[in-house]
Amino acid sequence: MDNTTKKFFSSPWRSLGFFLMVLITMIWLLPFATALLTSVRTNDDILEQGFIAIPHEWTLGNFRTAWERGGLSRYLPNSFYITIPALLGTLLLSSLSAYALARFQFRGNRLLFFLYVGGTMLPFQVLMLPVFRLTDALGLYDKQLGLIIFHTAFQLGFCTFLLRNYMRTVPGEILEAARIDGCKEFRIWWQIMMPLTLPAIAALATLEFTWIFNDYLWSIVLLRTDALKPVTAGLATLQGQYVMDWTVIVAGALIATIPTVLLFIFLQRYFIEGLTLGATK
Amino acid sequence: MKNNRVKNITPYLFLIVPLILYLIWVIGPMIYTFYLSLTKWDGLSAPTFVGLRNYERLFRDPVFFISLKNNVKWILSFITIPVTLGLGLAIALNHSIPGAKFFKASFYSPLVLSLVVCGLIWSWMYHPAGGLINSFLRGIGLGSLAKGWLSDENLVMWAIILVAIWRQAGYVMVLYLAGLQGVDPQLIDASKVDGCNSWQTFRNVIFPLLTPVTVIVIVISIIDSLRAFDLVSVMTRGGPYNSSSVLANFMYIEAFNNYKMGYSAAISVIIFLISAVFIFIYLWRIMQDEMEY
Repeated sequence: MDNTTKKFFSSPWRSLGFFLMVLITMIWLLPFATALLTSVRTNDDILEQGFIAIPHEWTLGNFRTAWERGGLSRYLPNSFYITIPALLGTLLLSSLSAYALARFQFRGNRLLFFLYVGGTMLPFQVLMLPVFRLTDALGLYDKQLGLIIFHTAFQLGFCTFLLRNYMRTVPGEILEAARIDGCKEFRIWWQIMMPLTLPAIAALATLEFTWIFNDYLWSIVLLRTDALKPVTAGLATLQGQYVMDWTVIVAGALIATIPTVLLFIFLQRYFIEGLTLGATK
Repeated sequence: MKNNRVKNITPYLFLIVPLILYLIWVIGPMIYTFYLSLTKWDGLSAPTFVGLRNYERLFRDPVFFISLKNNVKWILSFITIPVTLGLGLAIALNHSIPGAKFFKASFYSPLVLSLVVCGLIWSWMYHPAGGLINSFLRGIGLGSLAKGWLSDENLVMWAIILVAIWRQAGYVMVLYLAGLQGVDPQLIDASKVDGCNSWQTFRNVIFPLLTPVTVIVIVISIIDSLRAFDLVSVMTRGGPYNSSSVLANFMYIEAFNNYKMGYSAAISVIIFLISAVFIFIYLWRIMQDEMEY
């Protein structure tokens, strides 16, 4: 124990507080522990002995079942096919609109800004049926492309809002200097503004990846064919297939979380930044 | 002169693609929902105009009122429990506690899971026979408290809301932690010099300074409660006997299981109208920030 730690625990109140914190944290992590322990046991073992028991055998078979027969080997790649294009599309397009809103005075600037901000708070349900009808009319229903376009468009609101506020903090002199040097606006955006905005884009990208990847509602509204579904909708199908076998369902759920958990572990700072950027300036 | 004109249309050139996409896929549909709510539509043939009939039926539909009541329960739980918990955790972890980083990460880790995954894992914990909660209760000799958490009409809504709280508290904590970064430590020192104890400092100095965060947290919590769908859909589909139905789930079932899309649109308009009040408060807050520029 180093000195500051020793000093911390010298107060009994603080020690008690610390103990409480440990207790709450353990309760908070309980679902994770439950899931991990469940996934490496057999269903029979749990039925026979109850959940709280030392298992007779350990197995990785549930993961294999979920992956192969449960279809996660299809659903998980689908999630990437949908998330990556939507993520790139929304980041690129929102940085265009954010640049216009942040750097130009023109009629309707404020109005457009509020249109974007207001849209971020919209309950998805308001859009559901018209968007369903629109994808159908455009021949995009039950195609991943329809889902990609919708995510791109819907996330524009939040991304434009954040990037616009961030771009406003970039000193105008830098852009002015480039303008005097005869730089075209489009090049200023791409070669000067974009690199300067990278920290915000990184934060936004981690957050948006998680959101789009974790979407469930839109994938069941806009897709019908099981082979096209992302992992969230796939898990719901899996749940229906293996009603009695929770070990497989839970193993599937754990596989489904791997991408976002990895992202969180490596890019935690950006993730948290993204979260707070949205709600507080 | 020419240069000026080029400059005038430049912002529109930047805006044109994203804006058109946004208008077609977000703003347009939002308005179109109002029209759909005045029609009878099965999703296949063209919608036919029926005036306010969907709303008349809605206000006589008991499931609508059950759902509304459940959304109110959800909202009330959401603006109290995770907010208090999140604030408490933020205050505690803002100090240099050993292991603070680990504690923080533990609390916001549920946020990276999809609601589907949260719903599945908790459904298993709630499982009447093999689930952790009942097993634990039986293990410590409190077997009489073991319940069918998701099959008991009086418990099921709370059981689902608890999952949502588990996921939300860490988010609120993150927002308050960010807010606390903006609190000037000198103000806290000053209040201590003036003889305030910790609680008084919190009550009179810190909490008022966090008001902007609190407003945002409450607005976000309410909006999130109104659009809650995934957990209910995965855990119960609104059952048993609609006892855990919420507006978003009710709306989905009417549209995609019963093919009453006009009726469903009317439900979504109600969701929108309730949200609109809070979206307005949110926009008003953002606008205040704008005025500071």
